[in-house]
Amino acid sequence: MRGGRESGNPADDQWSSRIGLTVNGGGHDLTLDNRTTLLDALRERLGLTGSKKGCDHGQCGSCTVLLDGRRVKSCLILAVTLDGREVTTVEGLAGPDGLSPLQAAFVAHDAFQCGYCTPGQLCSARGMLDEVTRDWPSAVTGDLDGPVELTDAEVRERMSGNLCRCAAYPNIVTAIRAAAAAR
Amino acid sequence: MSAPVGAVGREHPRLEGQDKVTGAARYAVEYPVEDVTYGWAVPAAATRGRIVRVDAAPALALPGVLDVLHHGNAPRLTPGVDADLFLLQEPTVHYRGQFVAVVVAESIETAREAARLVRIDYDTEPHSTVLSEHHPGLYRPDKVNPSYPADTEDGDFDAGFAAAEVRIDATYRTPAYHNNPMEPHATTARWQDGRLLVHDSNQGSSPVQATLAELFALPREAVRVVAEHVGGGFGSKGYAKAAVVLAALAARQVDRPVRLALTRQQLFGPIGYRTPTIQRVRLGADADGRIAAVCHDAISQTSTLTEFTEQAAVYTRSMYAGRHRRTTHRVVRLDVPTPFWMRAPGECPGAYALESAMDELATACGLDPVELRIRNDPTVDPEQKQPFTSRNLVACLRDGARRFGWADRDPTPGVRRDGRWLVGTGVAGASYPARARAAAAAATAAPDGTFEVRINATDIGTGARTALWQVAADALGVPVDRVAIRVGDSDLPAAGVAGGSMGTASWSWAVIRACEGLRDRLRQAPGGAVPADGVTVEVSTADEVRAQRPLPRYAYGAHFCEVRVDADTGEVRVPRLLGVFAAGRVVNPTTARSQLIGGMTMGMSMALHEEGVLDERYGDWVNHDFAMYHISGCADVERIEAYWLPEEDPDLNPAGVKGLGEIGIVGAAAAITSAVHHATGVRVRDLPVRLDKLLEEQAEDGGSNRDGVPP
Repeated sequence: MRGGRESGNPADDQWSSRIGLTVNGGGHDLTLDNRTTLLDALRERLGLTGSKKGCDHGQCGSCTVLLDGRRVKSCLILAVTLDGREVTTVEGLAGPDGLSPLQAAFVAHDAFQCGYCTPGQLCSARGMLDEVTRDWPSAVTGDLDGPVELTDAEVRERMSGNLCRCAAYPNIVTAIRAAAAAR
Repeated sequence: MSAPVGAVGREHPRLEGQDKVTGAARYAVEYPVEDVTYGWAVPAAATRGRIVRVDAAPALALPGVLDVLHHGNAPRLTPGVDADLFLLQEPTVHYRGQFVAVVVAESIETAREAARLVRIDYDTEPHSTVLSEHHPGLYRPDKVNPSYPADTEDGDFDAGFAAAEVRIDATYRTPAYHNNPMEPHATTARWQDGRLLVHDSNQGSSPVQATLAELFALPREAVRVVAEHVGGGFGSKGYAKAAVVLAALAARQVDRPVRLALTRQQLFGPIGYRTPTIQRVRLGADADGRIAAVCHDAISQTSTLTEFTEQAAVYTRSMYAGRHRRTTHRVVRLDVPTPFWMRAPGECPGAYALESAMDELATACGLDPVELRIRNDPTVDPEQKQPFTSRNLVACLRDGARRFGWADRDPTPGVRRDGRWLVGTGVAGASYPARARAAAAAATAAPDGTFEVRINATDIGTGARTALWQVAADALGVPVDRVAIRVGDSDLPAAGVAGGSMGTASWSWAVIRACEGLRDRLRQAPGGAVPADGVTVEVSTADEVRAQRPLPRYAYGAHFCEVRVDADTGEVRVPRLLGVFAAGRVVNPTTARSQLIGGMTMGMSMALHEEGVLDERYGDWVNHDFAMYHISGCADVERIEAYWLPEEDPDLNPAGVKGLGEIGIVGAAAAITSAVHHATGVRVRDLPVRLDKLLEEQAEDGGSNRDGVPP
C-alpha cells in the first residue's frame, strides 16, 4: 500500500474509517487508519497497554483479547473491521469486587514471571474455559461428541497458542484448573 | 529444614502480581507521553560491504513521516564506546540485519510502511558466516567471557588419555540459540533541556545509563533510565542494545519523544544470541570409571565488530576430578552479529557437551551414570586446588535419584517399550558460579515506623523485587508490611545487571548493609525518635565485594528425566523432568521454584525445539520468528519438579544465596539426550534432537550414532 494520500490526517481521506467499538463495556467512536490492528488501536489510541505486542504476527499469543466473548489475537485483526463489536481486554477482566478468580489464581500460583505474556494468557484462559463449557473438542479430546473434561492435558493443549518464555506453563495450568474448579 | 523465623525463606506472591494480571504494569513503550512519535528500525539487506547511497525521498514523501536517520545525517555518537552500538555513524555493514536507518513517523503504521520505502544501495563483498572446525580464521582469544583464560592445562593430558583403559572422544554441536524474551527490546526516549530520559527494557538500568552517557557525551546524571517492569531478557538485555540507542538518536533528531520497539524478526541477531558451538570432549578413565584425563576443546564464533567468546569449556575446569586436564577455546570472526549472553553463557552449552560425554563414559564402563558422577566428585577444585566453599553435587544426585526412582534402572538402551513409545531415562549434573558484584542501596526510616529501601535492581521476572523486600524486612527486624522497596530506576542507588545469577546475591548484600547501617543510626538517635524528614543511610558494597577471597563458589544441581520416543515418527515427549539443586539459601520458595522450572524448560527447549538455521547465501537465520524458531510451549511441559537442599555457606554473602536464574538450564539438555539414547540407542550429538535424526538412525540398521540396540 503506497502513497495516494494528500494529508497526514487520516480522518479526511480514503485511508481511514470511522467505527464504533465497545471496549470493556465502554463505547468508543474511533477514526482509524485502515491499517491499524486491533492491538495498536487498543495500545496507541485507547491507552490500553495491558494487551501486549510480542510478535505482531499471531505467533505468540501475548495480544490475545476477547472479541464478542471469543479469544482472538488482536495483532491479526484490522480494527476497522470491528464496527459495532465488543472487545474485552485484560483491563476488563476484574470485577467491581476485585480480581477475577483467574487473575487471583495466577497471582496465587505464580503463573507468570516477567508478566509480559500474562494478559494474553488470562484472556486466552477465559475464552478457553468457555469453549470447554460448550464442549468444543480439542486435539486431545477423546470423544469428539461428548462432554469435555477439563484435564491437565486439555488445558495444556488449549493454551499452547500462548507462549511463555519464562516457562510458567505448569503454574499456568494449575492456576487455570484452580480457577475453573472455583467457578 | 527448620521453619524460617523472618520473611526470608517464606513463600510470598510477587509484589507486582496484581499489576501484572490487571494490565496495570507498564513496560518500556507503555508510558503515556505527550506528542509521541514512532521509530522503526531498518535492517541492512547486505551481509558485508558499504552503503553507497541512501534514498530516503520515497519514505519522506509519505504524509506523517518526520525523518529518516542514517549514517549521513544522524546525531554523532562518541566513538570507541562500543562498536556494536556505534549505530548510524558509518556506512560500513558488518552483518546482515545491522540497523542502518531509522524512520520516525506520527504513527506506527506510517513508520512501518516508510521503513520499507527507504532505498539503500550497497557495495558488497564476499562474506563468511558459517562456523566450522576447519575455518582458517580460528584463533585463540586472549580471554573468554567474561574474563577467564582461553586455555588451561594441568598434568599431561595426552599421556594420561593414551594410557587410559576406557576412552571417550566425541564432538558435540549446538546451533545458534536466540534469547527471545516475550517483550522485544523496546524504548521510549525523550530529550528535555539537554537531559535524556528513557524507559527501556533492559536487565540493568545503571549500566545502560553509563553507556548512554558515554555514547552521547553527557554527564551520567543527565541520563535517566527507567526499567520498572521488563518482559524477560535471558541475557539479551544485559547491556545497552540497539533499541535504546536508536530511540535516543531519533528523539534527538526530531526533538520529540520516540517509541521504538524492535520487531520479533529483528531480535534474531542484532541484539545478540548464543553462538553455535563445536565442542570436542575427551575423557580417559580406568575400568571403574575413575577419570584420569579430561580435555574439552570449544569452538565458537564472534563478529567482526566485537570479540565475544562463549566460555563453553570453563564448565569442565571445575566439574569433575581427573589428574590430567586441558581446556581450550578457539573463536573465529565471521560476518555475523555479535553473539552475547544467553542464560548460562558458557555453562549451558559446555555442560551439554561434558555431561553427555559423562553419559557415554558411563555406558562404556558399564557403570550407572549417577554412580560415575559420584565417583568423580573432586574434593578440591581440580584446577584452582582450593576447597569449594560448599559443593553438594553428590547430595543433589542422591536426592534426585531417590525422588525420581532411579534405583534398579536397567542401563540397556532401546529395550523398554510401552505401546508405540520407546521409553528411557537420563541424568546430568549441573553447576554454575556463585558470584557477586558491588552495589549501592539506601534505606530510610520514617517517623511513622515504616521504611523504604531503594536500589536500582531490575526485576526481569525473577522475583527480585519481592526477594529484596523480604531480605530488607529481616535486616531491619520488622514485619514486611512496614517495608516498601523501590527498584528499576537509575535515579536510585546504582546497582549491577540482573544476570550471571548474581542479582540477588549482589543486591541483597547492599540492602542488608544499608538496613544494618540504618538500625545503627537509629540506635544512636536521641530517644530513638525519627525526625520528621526521616533518617536515611546509603551504602556501597564495593570495598567488601572487592575484598572477597577468590574461592571456588558454585551452585550445583542434578537433572533426571524420562523421555518417550514414538517408534514410528521419532516424536520425543518428556513426561517427567526433575531437578534437585544446592544453591545456598532460598529467599522466596515461590519465585525460586518458578526460576528453576523455567530454566529446566528452556533446557528442554534447547534439547528438542530450538535451532537457528542459517542461510549461507545471506548469512542470516531463515527461521526468525516463532512460527519457525520453536520454543517449548504449554503442551510440551508435563510433569516438572524442582527441589532444593538446605545449604548454609558462610563464605558467600550476607544473605547466603548463590543465585537460581541459570543453574536450571545447565545440564538439562544432556539429561534429555542421554534419556533419548537410553530409549532408542541413538546418541544425538548435534542439537536439537529432531525426528529425522532419530528416524534416519533407526532406519540405517546400526547407524554411526547407534550402539547396542537389538534389531
